[in-house]
Amino acid sequence: MSKTRASGRTVGGLRSLSLQAPAVTLLLLWMLVPLGMTVWFSLQRYNLLMPEMVGFAGLENYEFLFTDPALWRAMGNTLVLVGSVLTITVVGGVLLAVLFQQEFPGRGIARVLAISPFFVMPTVSALVWKNMMMHPSNGVLAWLAGVFGLPAVDWFSALPMTSIIIIVAWQWLPFALLILLTAMQSLDEDQVEAARMDGAGPIAVFFYITLPHLKRAISVVIMIQMIFLLTIFAEIYVTTSGGPGLATTNLAFLIYMQALLDFDVGLASAGGVVAIILANIVAIFLVRLVARNLES
Amino acid sequence: MTTLKTKVLPADGHLAATSSGARARHTPLMPSAGMRRVWLTLLGWGIALIIFFPILWMVLTGFKTEAEAIADPSLIFTPTLESYVAVQARADYFKFAMNSVVVAFGSTLLALLIAIPAAYAMAFLPTRRTKATLLWMLSTKMLPPVGVLVPIYLIFRDLGLLDTRSGLIIVYTLMNLPIVVWMLYTFFKDLPRDILEAGRMDGASTFQEVVYLLLPLTLPGIASTGLLSVILSWNEAFWSLNLTSSNAAPLTAYIASFSSPEGLFWAKLSAASTMAIAPILIFGWLTQKQMVRGLTFGAVK
Repeated sequence: MSKTRASGRTVGGLRSLSLQAPAVTLLLLWMLVPLGMTVWFSLQRYNLLMPEMVGFAGLENYEFLFTDPALWRAMGNTLVLVGSVLTITVVGGVLLAVLFQQEFPGRGIARVLAISPFFVMPTVSALVWKNMMMHPSNGVLAWLAGVFGLPAVDWFSALPMTSIIIIVAWQWLPFALLILLTAMQSLDEDQVEAARMDGAGPIAVFFYITLPHLKRAISVVIMIQMIFLLTIFAEIYVTTSGGPGLATTNLAFLIYMQALLDFDVGLASAGGVVAIILANIVAIFLVRLVARNLES
Repeated sequence: MTTLKTKVLPADGHLAATSSGARARHTPLMPSAGMRRVWLTLLGWGIALIIFFPILWMVLTGFKTEAEAIADPSLIFTPTLESYVAVQARADYFKFAMNSVVVAFGSTLLALLIAIPAAYAMAFLPTRRTKATLLWMLSTKMLPPVGVLVPIYLIFRDLGLLDTRSGLIIVYTLMNLPIVVWMLYTFFKDLPRDILEAGRMDGASTFQEVVYLLLPLTLPGIASTGLLSVILSWNEAFWSLNLTSSNAAPLTAYIASFSSPEGLFWAKLSAASTMAIAPILIFGWLTQKQMVRGLTFGAVK
């Protein structure tokens, strides 16, 4: 009995493997080849501006990187950016999903308008916010401040990180809304009604029925957003270029600066390795969380 | 649809009867219902318009003159196409747009082609390692592209793939492959197994099974997977900025070239931006309902 099952599994397993082979092989190559090269480069002296200075560097690049305050600053910035945007989009997304679930005239159009920023490419949204919204003298926000008699804010020099967070959150809030709104639609109205009958107020209904119902959807939102937020690049590239100073330099941008602006391939690769390790720590934690939530 | 409902709540008839009775009794007792509706309408529309405002403003600014664009905000102006004409004279929009279309759809087709057999195997011929393989695939998505930029750049340089559409298609295919496999897997897994088994009984080969049974039955899921992949590829900016310069540059690069203008050219920038996002925004509006099914990885029904 057990023998036949085992052999059946092997045959099925072989077929299964051959069908998965192209996808798995390509992804393995896509991951391992550059990864191997990155690790190799990170152990070399390799600066495109100094072609005569080549050779094995050992851990020199890592030593330089870890003693460079920029790395710690960039790691901190990455975490602040990811954490803030996740908080804003999840909390805001849940509240907006509840709002857009209520019936009011033109709800369909209002919903479509509210999810639109998700379709806008990051370069465009960064440019629009930088120039037309947050410009210190001609921007809409400056004009608005003037109407209320407030001083205009020079967003990108006074509040650089806040500005980036606003832009990124504006892009991802619609995504959270889109997912959570779909999840809301399977919320059972009779259950809500029954709870109301038992004397539960809207706040109790929200915390004891709506929020638990959205749990899986929220974990999906967190997982997908985390993948994209850890590697935010275009928004910073277009607006602040990581500045002023290092105020908005995240890990992705730091490596970009070292690699393409300083031409230091060795150092940039060491930074890449650090970024990969950091991403994997996050990934292990996340994948566990999501896998558990998606299983049941 | 029926499975969804029963899954959500096994509401017994008694409960449902009470609650609908309650609804009927409550309605006349709530004089504020009308007021509540007015407030909801104001709030809903207010928030929607605030979120949409930057896009609206960009579109409007594209139809203004440069002087009007930097003047105090105003909704009253005579629309002009001069910015569009100027932008088109500076860089050929259609060349970039064509690159975006070819790269986004090309990489999506390729990713689907590679992912369908893999997802089929995972859903219908699972082994003990299937779950782990899926999670591993997803974890490759968390690899920061910047961590592998240098090697990819050098490999592309040596293979002559820099600034080519094929190069970008390869990168985007691999970039989206994990998500595409995962989404297809969830859709395939939802399909009742006996349908495929019946086909197998009738002597269908794996290939026939996939082409004549699986694909038609899961078409909506495949479509929503493809839609998401197209949008992600269209909007991707990291690889396109670093791996292309002129020949294969898609719309993300087109827009970035307007990011450091000499002086303020907001009307032109807005016109260019509007053209860059219009195709995908309309595409998104038309397909949002369909797309959301795929985005949720089957976790949200």
